[in-house]
Amino acid sequence: MATVGYIEPERERAAPWTLTGTLHDWLVTVDHKRLGLMYIASALIFFVIAGAMAAAMRAQLAFPNGTLIPPAVFNRLFTMHGTSMVFLVGMPFLAGLANYLVPLMIGARDMAFPRLNAFGFWIFLFGGVLLYFSYIGGEGLAGHGTAPDVGWFAYSPLTEHAFSRGTSTDYWILSILLTGIGSISSAINVIATTLSMRCEGMTLERMPLFVWLMLVVSGMILIALPPLSAAQIMLLLDRYLGARFFVPEAGGSAVLWQHFFWIFGHPEVYILMLPGFACASEIIPVFSRKPMFGRAAMIGASVSIGFISMGVWAHHMFSVGMTSGANTFFVVSTMLVGIPTGIKIFNWLATMYGGRIRFATPMLFCIAFLFQFLVAGLTGIMLAAAPFDWQLTDSYFVVAHFHYVLLGGLLFTLFAAIYYWFPKATGRMLDETLGKWHFWLLVVGFHLTFDTLHFAGTLGMPRRIYTYPAGRGWEEINLIASIGVIVQGAAVLCFVWNVVRSLGHGEPAGDDPWDAWTLEWATSSPPPEYNFVTVPEVRSSRPLWDLKHPDDPDWKYE
Amino acid sequence: MSEAWTLPDRGRIGVICLIVTESALFAIFVVAYLAYLGASRSGPQPKDVLELPLWATACLLSSSLTIVFAERALHRKRSGAFMAWLVVTAALAIEFLRWTAFEWRRLIVVDHLTIATNLFGTTFYSLVGLHASHVIVGVVLFAIVIGVGLRGRSMLDQARRFQFLAWYWHFVDAVWVVVFSVVYVVGR
Repeated sequence: MATVGYIEPERERAAPWTLTGTLHDWLVTVDHKRLGLMYIASALIFFVIAGAMAAAMRAQLAFPNGTLIPPAVFNRLFTMHGTSMVFLVGMPFLAGLANYLVPLMIGARDMAFPRLNAFGFWIFLFGGVLLYFSYIGGEGLAGHGTAPDVGWFAYSPLTEHAFSRGTSTDYWILSILLTGIGSISSAINVIATTLSMRCEGMTLERMPLFVWLMLVVSGMILIALPPLSAAQIMLLLDRYLGARFFVPEAGGSAVLWQHFFWIFGHPEVYILMLPGFACASEIIPVFSRKPMFGRAAMIGASVSIGFISMGVWAHHMFSVGMTSGANTFFVVSTMLVGIPTGIKIFNWLATMYGGRIRFATPMLFCIAFLFQFLVAGLTGIMLAAAPFDWQLTDSYFVVAHFHYVLLGGLLFTLFAAIYYWFPKATGRMLDETLGKWHFWLLVVGFHLTFDTLHFAGTLGMPRRIYTYPAGRGWEEINLIASIGVIVQGAAVLCFVWNVVRSLGHGEPAGDDPWDAWTLEWATSSPPPEYNFVTVPEVRSSRPLWDLKHPDDPDWKYE
Repeated sequence: MSEAWTLPDRGRIGVICLIVTESALFAIFVVAYLAYLGASRSGPQPKDVLELPLWATACLLSSSLTIVFAERALHRKRSGAFMAWLVVTAALAIEFLRWTAFEWRRLIVVDHLTIATNLFGTTFYSLVGLHASHVIVGVVLFAIVIGVGLRGRSMLDQARRFQFLAWYWHFVDAVWVVVFSVVYVVGR
């Protein structure tokens, strides 16, 4: 394989390293790789903070009549945990992955709008810091230093001025409005990049699945985020100009907020989940040593998930009391999502079937993802049945279900992505032994916590309670779930230690450590600022395979 | 490769994406307006206070035409005509805003309808205001182009970028057609 060399300019090598110089370089950068890494680093920092909040809540709930955390603090904890995990961890992580990988995978030198890209990152970071600043500057019933406590979906009229005095709710509104602007600018950038910046030969049919899914996700962001922004603007008008959008005594509708929120909120679940699918679709073929099974079906399924997800939102609102016609519509449309998702799962399985599977850490995370995401999908179909949902809505069954999706599904694929692409971004491998510790501890901890919480839900434990009395049959379940958090915490420690150690002492990776097939592995690790000196010829969906196997190239069969 | 490798202009894609996402934003405000039609429990109702804004609508819609003339002048390399049509476009937009300002003044002072009066006021001012703020953004962009042009910078090589501004302006006009139909025709 012709490795593309990177000639570092003499002048840069000569300049002495200084802290201020480096900081300055990162602050003013418009390079998609640096912005991508900053997105991911910020996401990981918020992940640790929001994870610690979850651990605090599980500590409080480990035993009945817990007194560790007062109820008002507990409300802030679950609000900040949920808001952070969705808007400050999931969204920036996917933006970071897209930023880093999309230009490399399509053979481009940068994103279509590099400065817009930098704007998107900094406005996101400002939003995130603003949200946490509420712990100092926010004002609520409890006085100064009150973080938002209205839950991550901030149902009205709880968020109206009459019930949320002070400014803590405004911190929630404004910071999420800002991160939304960041997400939309990043989405516009991804779409323009994939449609306008592909290297010669990279037709849409040959584009890597990762890029395809990011394109779908970005399209969904364009349509799904503005409803949230609109609803937040309305809420601000209510709170500051005395508007009546969500004020029931003036005829306003609290249910309308729910509609607007979930018109955003449900597509958001797929916006978060599709990047997970995107990573799995790159990693599973490489570690099965087979091309992706049913590429076209995979693309079609992703696009149809994008469409269907726009019409399912009110399954979050079965208990509101909609008409039976509306209930039926949303039951059916929600169950419909199971079809394209099922296609995907079968495609990944068929890719692995008969392959020479390498059980490296990225692949382990992907395999666990397949099992866990399947279970998450099955409980999702259970909850999609309105009568079942009436029984279990707002219980720990729902909590267990969506943590199965976002932790068992998304987080596992994100860890797979980190283990897979870390060598490309840093030039060093992550340690396999620590990686396996990380994986197995996370699997054990995850199942201890979230398998058991399903039962807590079916036994009637409501979500968001700060404590519970003894004698309801919830004690053992909650204790096991909290022990699981300790194991998960140990797993995350293994991961953090692995990253810190490997940055300095990891085994040098080389350009293409996994013997992969997409363009990002054709350049050096880490890639130079301009990505490619010369872009390899693209004649199939696996350009590097063609380069490495001139005797048996893919383009003969595609 | 048998044929030349060409991809769509990234700026075009960017502006189209912006228009799509803005449409979603407006759609929610339109839905809110429709959802709350007739839901106000007190205060003025649309049929009592709204007048058909025919003059303002004529101004705004014809500004879509004049901006096309401006674009055409740019393509024909006629700087003077371009600037003239652009000034006419901006003037029409400002006349639209003037009409809106007087309408709002009348509603507030004479009819005592504010954003806090009832649901009609809430949804009316937010939807019409969101659109008007987009008109203001357009006027500011026109002013920038006119200002840069008056300082002697030739606009003849900026046809590509000016096209994006024109698309944005057509979008703002199209939104007004929706707002006009919803607020002043259906809702009245």
